[in-house]
Amino acid sequence: MKADKSLRLLVVDDEEGMRLGIERGLKNHSFSFPEFDTEVSYEISLAEDGESALDILKNEVFDLILLDYMLPGINGLDVLLFVQKEHPETTVIMVTAFASLEVAVSATKHGAYDFLAKPFSPKELRHVVSKATKHIMTLREARRLADEKRHIRFEFLSVLAHELKSPLAAVENYLQLMDQRISGNDLEVYDKSIKRSLTRLGGMRKMILDLLDLTRLESGQFERHSEWVDLKDVLDNSFESMAVLAEEQDITLSSSFDGECRVYAVAAEVEILLNNFISNAIKYNREHGSVVVKTNSDSREVRIEVLDTGIGMTEEEVGLLFGEFVRIRNKKTRNIQGSGLGLSIVNKIIRNLNGSIEVKSTPDVGSTFTVVLPINNESDELVTPESDMATA
Amino acid sequence: MNEKNQKLSGTVFVADDDPDILDQLRMILEAMGLDVITADTQEKTEALIAEQRPDLVIFDLMMENMDSGFILCHRMKQKYPDVPIIMVSAVAQDAGMRFDTKSSEMKNWIKADAFLDKQIRPEQLQAEVSRLLNESR
Repeated sequence: MKADKSLRLLVVDDEEGMRLGIERGLKNHSFSFPEFDTEVSYEISLAEDGESALDILKNEVFDLILLDYMLPGINGLDVLLFVQKEHPETTVIMVTAFASLEVAVSATKHGAYDFLAKPFSPKELRHVVSKATKHIMTLREARRLADEKRHIRFEFLSVLAHELKSPLAAVENYLQLMDQRISGNDLEVYDKSIKRSLTRLGGMRKMILDLLDLTRLESGQFERHSEWVDLKDVLDNSFESMAVLAEEQDITLSSSFDGECRVYAVAAEVEILLNNFISNAIKYNREHGSVVVKTNSDSREVRIEVLDTGIGMTEEEVGLLFGEFVRIRNKKTRNIQGSGLGLSIVNKIIRNLNGSIEVKSTPDVGSTFTVVLPINNESDELVTPESDMATA
Repeated sequence: MNEKNQKLSGTVFVADDDPDILDQLRMILEAMGLDVITADTQEKTEALIAEQRPDLVIFDLMMENMDSGFILCHRMKQKYPDVPIIMVSAVAQDAGMRFDTKSSEMKNWIKADAFLDKQIRPEQLQAEVSRLLNESR
């Protein structure tokens, strides 16, 4: 969707014809920037000398100033210096009839963005203004991205602190109550408290391990060493390590393989990937449910489907799924432990491996997570721009 | 813990969506000799209120809704105006809102009888519970 943006322009020139000429040349004209999805037009103010320019600039902020160099009284350079000091974010274009190199150098040295030599055609005017506008838009976009990044990091830290605080408080409270022998001196009466404390501590440990995985994946500092990984081996190991968790809820785990089902990839990443899917499929399942992993491959790619018979998700919930610390919170998930980082880890790994993921889910019926990985993402030199962005 | 000797009797409803807090409050209150009935949703708590009169209630402010605690308070005061209410909240920290139960305006508005922080301190809770139960009798 194209946004129409109105920026503020101040024209400072002692010649009335010049002021009106610039106004005419820019009024009703819009500058198009498809790269920012924006059309920019200018709201124009006029000042006839340096004094009145300073008066205006004491109270108002402009995005762009077209500033005549040779003004009676306070000259253009003084106005430029004032703008640099008071409105460092305002872009200034110097305008002068004496387009000498000396003047140009002096003005740019003092922070003017560009130069416009009198006389100029409307076309030249628009060209220079367009260039300056693009500069303004670029600066804004950069600032917006930096703000966003800072905001995301802040958000991440604040959620992380909160997510670690609640289990910590729970364990601390239990220990305190046990320390006071609140329910008497028999150790057995505290069994539940001890079990809950262990569960919450386990949750914290899992979160910290997930965080380590995530930072390791994001830093990209570590050398990623690929090898041939047999998915059947990975899956067998994963099932084995999840057996206890599955038994608790009486969930059957099964798998089928069609084709060679090998990938040339970083073994640890493939393990983390499958472990995450399977532990989710177990945790968000129903009692006596099942988890089925179907793997099939052709010469180019391998397709892994993880099907559960669990609580499922609404379309809206599926959309939220891959964010950091997003846990689908509702009545059905309330007692399920999770770090909220699992699927952001999964997402990063899939990007690392140039794969793709798809989620299909029906509430109260179950979810299917389908991952497609290239058999050998390294031999294929066709690196897509998307994968480039993911590692950037 | 001098409240330990002073055994109380009565029924307390405790509503919180955190299973650990429910457990812990139960332990503390049972140690005082009280009967504890817990609920982990606003809905279940409303059903409890409709069914029987407790001697005291402890509500978490935020359960499935941001204002579950307020609503439950209101229901209680409508039905049993004399039953004391303790609100437990971590709202100020959780939501980063400049809102805490220390502000007297809020207390008047919510009409709870005592406010406690989510970081439970057993002695403080027991002292409040004893005080409120004794006052309401």
